[in-house]
Amino acid sequence: MDALDRKILNRTQLGIPVSDQPFADIANELGCDEQQVIDKLQTMLDDGLLTRFGPMFDAASLGGAFTLSAMIVPEERFGEVNDIVNAFSQVAHNYKRQHTLNMWFVVACESQQEIQTVIADIEQQSGLQVFDFPKQEEFYVGLYLPV
Amino acid sequence: MSDSTYPSKQQQSENLTELERQYILFTQNGMPLVSKPYHHLAEQLKISVEDTLAMTNDLLARGVIRRIAAVPNHYRAGYTFNGMTVWDVKDEEVQTYGKLLGQLPFVSHCYRRPRRLPEWNFNLFAMIHGKNEQQIDEYRIQIKKLLEDVLQTSANSSNEMLTSSKILKKTGLRLKAK
Repeated sequence: MDALDRKILNRTQLGIPVSDQPFADIANELGCDEQQVIDKLQTMLDDGLLTRFGPMFDAASLGGAFTLSAMIVPEERFGEVNDIVNAFSQVAHNYKRQHTLNMWFVVACESQQEIQTVIADIEQQSGLQVFDFPKQEEFYVGLYLPV
Repeated sequence: MSDSTYPSKQQQSENLTELERQYILFTQNGMPLVSKPYHHLAEQLKISVEDTLAMTNDLLARGVIRRIAAVPNHYRAGYTFNGMTVWDVKDEEVQTYGKLLGQLPFVSHCYRRPRRLPEWNFNLFAMIHGKNEQQIDEYRIQIKKLLEDVLQTSANSSNEMLTSSKILKKTGLRLKAK
């Protein structure tokens, strides 16, 4: 990555303008040309430095229902319970975390009702309680990773 | 176990028109890196470029689109450490301080979530990202100082940041075509 790559990556993470030629606008700001911006972004995408480029949608407005859930899983049952939880296609992310509540996962469903069903099924299959932490208020979502 | 007495923002999901659904389907895997990306999208949607730009602005204004941006791979960008910091903030202060934490550059997500007593007394969650363990710990301390006056119970420092020791599953979320 050269200095221009960094400038382009840092600038475009923050969001590009909605305009006829957004990459020309970015190029003007950064003092390079449009094709350089496009080519460098394409290279970063091809190299896997970018996971994607485009609109970032609010997942909930895509029509689904989401919650963050956690469980207290005894260490000796961790693998078994992990298999139970991950087997649900509605479990999108799952992390082991250092806490009494040591398994944290996001449940993404079509409806609120389906979330309750998935949670009840996980509780029934694992014999463990699922603590549910639906978001009540969103203060900020956005990640800026300067390079 | 969801507490239905709490109004949840996520239940107020936006109603999308059929054209907006198509917009999402065409762009959720990314936007073409070409000089005039909205011309391409306008052709797919069979509407004018002006209408495509107007629709984009409207989706942004409604928060359906958060922004149109490059999304770096955390790990490739060197951000291999994350911590979920959790805080027990006075209910009447949680909104003010939630917004404040959201302005910190290293916070990627900040939400109010319900307490689950007695196991869990934290109502403010802030996800932080850094390049090493020391860095995320400094961020945690920075947040703690900001919240100094409004914390109800101070957890011990090992309890207020949950680091991830292992990714067990990670899949993307996608709108399904009807």
